[in-house]
Amino acid sequence: MNAPLIHQPPCGGIDLHQEQGQRAVFCGLTGIVWLHRKIQDAFFLVVGSRTCAHLIQSAAGVMIFAEPRFATAIIDERDLAGIADANEELDRVVTRLIERRPDIKLLFLVGSCPSEVIKLDLSRAAQRLSGRLAPVRVLNYSGSGIETTFTQGEDACLAALVPDLPREVETAAPSLLVVGALADVVEDQFLRIFAAMGIGDVRFLPARRADTMPAVGRNTRYLLAQPFLADTARALEERGARRLPAPFPLGAEGTTGWLRAAAEAFGVAEAVFDRATAPGRTRAETALAPHREKLAGKRVFFFPDSQLEVPLARFLARELGADLVEVGTPYLHRAHLAAEIELLPQGTRVTEGQSLDDQMDRCRAARPDLTVCGLGLANPLEAEGLSTKWSIELLFTPVQGYEQAGDLAELFVRPLRRRALLEV
Amino acid sequence: MQLTLWTYEGPPHIGAMRVATAMSGLHYVLHAPQGDTYADLLFTMIERRDARPPVTYTTFRAQDLGRDTAELFKEAVAAAHARFQPQAMIVGASCTAELIQDDPGGLAKALNLPIPVIPLELPAYQKKENWGASETFYRLVRALAGPPAPRPAREPGRRPLCNILGPTALGFRHRDDLIEIRRLLDSLGIAVNIVAPLGASPADLGRLGDADFNVVLYPETARSAAEYLKKSFGQPFTQTLPIGVGGTRRFVAEVAEIAGIDPAPVLDGPGSRLPWYSRSVDSTYLTAKRVFVFGDATHAIGIARVAARELGFTVVGLGTYSREFAREVRAEAAEHGIEALITDDYLDVEAAIRAAAPELVLGTQMERHVAKRLGIPCAVISAPVHVQDFPARYAPQMGFEGANVLFDTLVHPLMMGLEEHLLGMFREDPEFHDGVGPSHLGGKSFGTPADGALEAGERAPADTPPTSAPVPILLDRPVATAWSPEAEKELRKIPFFVRGKARSNTETFARERHLPLITIETLYDAKAHYGR
Repeated sequence: MNAPLIHQPPCGGIDLHQEQGQRAVFCGLTGIVWLHRKIQDAFFLVVGSRTCAHLIQSAAGVMIFAEPRFATAIIDERDLAGIADANEELDRVVTRLIERRPDIKLLFLVGSCPSEVIKLDLSRAAQRLSGRLAPVRVLNYSGSGIETTFTQGEDACLAALVPDLPREVETAAPSLLVVGALADVVEDQFLRIFAAMGIGDVRFLPARRADTMPAVGRNTRYLLAQPFLADTARALEERGARRLPAPFPLGAEGTTGWLRAAAEAFGVAEAVFDRATAPGRTRAETALAPHREKLAGKRVFFFPDSQLEVPLARFLARELGADLVEVGTPYLHRAHLAAEIELLPQGTRVTEGQSLDDQMDRCRAARPDLTVCGLGLANPLEAEGLSTKWSIELLFTPVQGYEQAGDLAELFVRPLRRRALLEV
Repeated sequence: MQLTLWTYEGPPHIGAMRVATAMSGLHYVLHAPQGDTYADLLFTMIERRDARPPVTYTTFRAQDLGRDTAELFKEAVAAAHARFQPQAMIVGASCTAELIQDDPGGLAKALNLPIPVIPLELPAYQKKENWGASETFYRLVRALAGPPAPRPAREPGRRPLCNILGPTALGFRHRDDLIEIRRLLDSLGIAVNIVAPLGASPADLGRLGDADFNVVLYPETARSAAEYLKKSFGQPFTQTLPIGVGGTRRFVAEVAEIAGIDPAPVLDGPGSRLPWYSRSVDSTYLTAKRVFVFGDATHAIGIARVAARELGFTVVGLGTYSREFAREVRAEAAEHGIEALITDDYLDVEAAIRAAAPELVLGTQMERHVAKRLGIPCAVISAPVHVQDFPARYAPQMGFEGANVLFDTLVHPLMMGLEEHLLGMFREDPEFHDGVGPSHLGGKSFGTPADGALEAGERAPADTPPTSAPVPILLDRPVATAWSPEAEKELRKIPFFVRGKARSNTETFARERHLPLITIETLYDAKAHYGR
């Protein structure tokens, strides 16, 4: 706890610090909340403790979904004492589940901290159940908080899908794969832009349904749509796919850079690229202008949460003129974020990892105009007079691409506007 | 292994957090992986607390397991003590740390801190939240209440003095119940010594023994501690739940008897409006309404009594997820001539509700969902809590004002149900056409094309002719502006809660530019134009 800061040599012109201590981030199980909305015939069964069940239920405020496509198989004393055979128990629970939900085509067994610690082998269980429950496919991944933070749960889930993806024939023409869960509306916008650039074969991982997952092969070029997909990228590389290095499609600049990476890889002429992206760029500019007035010069502090912090900070600094006090991130993937780190203002303080109380001290001392943080910290900081933006909303809201650039900016403007409006 | 879609209670360390967060000057060091820090938001978001819970998590990771998680724990305890300077600390493990068996109590003791450090053993794979709260409170009281001493008789003329035990952070209406019960005790001439855990410090717990008796508001959290105080200090404690008019009157009588005073000033006072409202002729339709009650033991028992004896409902189902209080709930169910449902399996509760076919469900947020699916009116009467269960207004469940609140809470859903029923009956009438939802669900705008704020599903296909609605007052809306099928489809992808606005903005945008057809391009041009 409260380990001294280890000052790192400069990394692309930023002022990088690493910190260890108490973290205040969700575990990877939280990703289930958006993944189950994205893959519409998948069910997520956490094999864990009552804490896991309670986390998913309360953390995401998911009480709004009456019959969710996720559940927890709660490990109890009998499982731990070996009185019950954990595998038989799991089979029983899964059978009950599938009987209740015949619409399910893909079942994820999701490992948790307790299942990892007691070394419950979910990959064997998934294989066994896949055989028994065919045509329902059963896969597994770990969302445990000892191995994953928050968005890494999506990474683990997508990485689990990769070995199962159809094999693309060797002779196939190059295709483009967009990796990372995006809102359907955002996917469709990108599809239209790619079509206008003449890139017709564009696929998405994850697909919206289990039986439409994309084929992958040596001719697959992929663009990461999210910055937290290290394991998925590795698994795709193993299947022969190649990553197109790019910034992330947040804000107009990020979106243009992201699209340009595809354009260059697919040999799209500059004029065609310009024509395909010009309307979007213009609209993003129109939409961003009013927000720039409100965010220019505002001092922003990011607590580590989703790993989206670096691209978001880049967007706030470069497109909206905000000043970055500190950009916390749970983990900084040097390679995937290389283009982003390049774009951050010289000397931006980036903190990888966390020592919560120390970071809160720094935040209080800096008194930023806007603090981007997790749900546990937002109200306490508001009560101390700081304006906050809860970071989880940045994952649940469509924010990528030109058409959402204004919406993304507005998410940051709203807390400031609200504070200005309230007289009491 | 138990298949769980929803849980009624969190793990036991959440109960310990509810106690720690309720108190001041106490700090909890929890040996737990980082994911367990989600618990903070229960307090900061659901209860809207203005400070982080006084909890330090060790947030160990897989890489620490190979090394020394015990050392990590000790560092966390020492750092928390240095930073927060609490009067006392509690230490323990969450479910994962329980498996690695680091012995938080022993490790903390080895640090020789100059304050009481109380170890908690909360078996995460056997026990649950309320048990954890009860055990934590009991351990704190045991450690901090001081050496057992017999109660000296009260000197003549001194006001009787009591403690109020049970209210915690994240409790269902605990905040307001406490105000109400304090008011009742004050009218009886009884002074309050300590309220705990809510608002008490470790030092305050050292003064619990000064009171003549204890008022136990929530046996789920306070009965063990009250039994300990009875044994150690000879303090009797109350058994009656002050829920409903009858419950409150019995509570007043019991308290007065324990305190040796006259209950008449309160019992003869104005009391609650419930009895008259219930006798008022407009309430006749409530007679023998079939209700299903499910919740924690305190609320399930209390509300079942109110439903049957004070509102004239028929209780057709009664159950609890508080296994520790199964006996009490079974006894209450027997009074209603039914068998109690003791389960923490949401699917069992759903099946029981379906089978009982009630006209009203009084339950938790989970039963609210079941009721919604079955089309039955419902009111929430118990934890697990939701942000809605922390209303800004004063809304106790206990005491006479609590009875007033219960009358409204239990009767309003039925009135809403009645309205819905009428709407169904008159559905074909022009004033009640299909587009009009029940008024309590938020109005749909007048005229069919706009999307309502609470639109649940997809809009009717465009080729369906509009229902025989009355012709809306004609707004300045030339028919010429049409939506291309692609644009219409795109519009439906926009989240429903902003779709109505997107539609009207786009139409205005197109009209102003004399565009005959709205395309996807128009939609996004308009979006960019209006920004926010």
